[in-house]
Amino acid sequence: MYGALWRVLPGPIWLKIIILLVLIAVVLYCLVTWVFPWIDGMLQSNEEGTVSV
Amino acid sequence: MHRVSCTLAITGLSARTGQRPLESRIVTDHEHPPDDLGLDDLFSSEGAEDLPGSSGGGGRRRRNGRRRGGKPRRRVSIVGVFGELLVTAGVLVLLFLGWQTWWQSGVLAAQQNSAAAEQSQKFLDQAKNEPTPTPTAVKQPDGTTKKDYGTPPVMSAPGAAQAFAVIYVPRFGADWKRTIRETVDVESVLNSYDAGVGHYSDTAMPGQVGNFAIAAHDTGYGNTFIDVSKLRVGDAIYIQTKDGYYTYRFRNMEYIQPNAVQVLYSVPQVKDAKATDRYITLTTCNPPYHAQERIAAFGVFESWQPLSAGPPKEIASTVGGN
Repeated sequence: MYGALWRVLPGPIWLKIIILLVLIAVVLYCLVTWVFPWIDGMLQSNEEGTVSV
Repeated sequence: MHRVSCTLAITGLSARTGQRPLESRIVTDHEHPPDDLGLDDLFSSEGAEDLPGSSGGGGRRRRNGRRRGGKPRRRVSIVGVFGELLVTAGVLVLLFLGWQTWWQSGVLAAQQNSAAAEQSQKFLDQAKNEPTPTPTAVKQPDGTTKKDYGTPPVMSAPGAAQAFAVIYVPRFGADWKRTIRETVDVESVLNSYDAGVGHYSDTAMPGQVGNFAIAAHDTGYGNTFIDVSKLRVGDAIYIQTKDGYYTYRFRNMEYIQPNAVQVLYSVPQVKDAKATDRYITLTTCNPPYHAQERIAAFGVFESWQPLSAGPPKEIASTVGGN
């Protein structure tokens, strides 16, 4: 899978590495802004921190 | 490599000194054949596939060679892809855990802190032109005098999720402050990036006779009340509102069940009692990263002073700024 991705990337090795780094940055950004908060909201037990009956 | 350079050096030497080329020829004859073979082998089979643009010659030759050997190379195997997916999933879980602890505790805490500083500044700006009440000097038992501004004013309850106070607890950090919003709604108050602390809306307001009860997360979302269990008897809890600074002193704490609402009674833990004193109650989760129990920390009111009188000494450096 990742081997295929590496072969699909164009250009010399240094360009491939730069493209990969950019891809990783984009993926991380998406995870932190949307995916992780969403997962966190699903895991969160309701009313945490408060006292209620 | 060593051999090649050695050959060149000797050849060069022979050229410069004008010696018979025999010597160099001897060396070359001796050295060349194995080198030739080795380098050719290396570049044609190993390097060609990874070099861009050269996939035609070397790569194909290699593949053909492999096929002739009888074992075709599988580019994508299901097991291989499955394994890579599993590794990816593991990395994602680790990233999520790292995000939960680092991002939520560090980054959000800083965000909530600066939001509280802004809220505090708003109070100060609003109260800029208000007259300062004259305090009466009260002699303390230890001989010093203390300014007394009388009975603390009590604000009316604000609307849901509305910010109405800033809390300072020096024990949580010299610069620690958080905005308090009305209600303990999870989404709009406790999880908020610019609040973090919620007020139980059916309890007293700051300075009011009764129990001013607030709640916050202990871990996650800014780790707001993570240090509640570190409070010591007599630690100050300052509440700043549009009216002034309310000083409470921590008295004791209890580990309770999540449904132990008696800590929110106007006299904490005492049912149907009519309060004559002013209390504060901080509730949060326990243990860290779990929510099986709650901690309730109780304090009593000590004094009040208007905004125009300036902040209490202990928080003077952190009020209104960063």
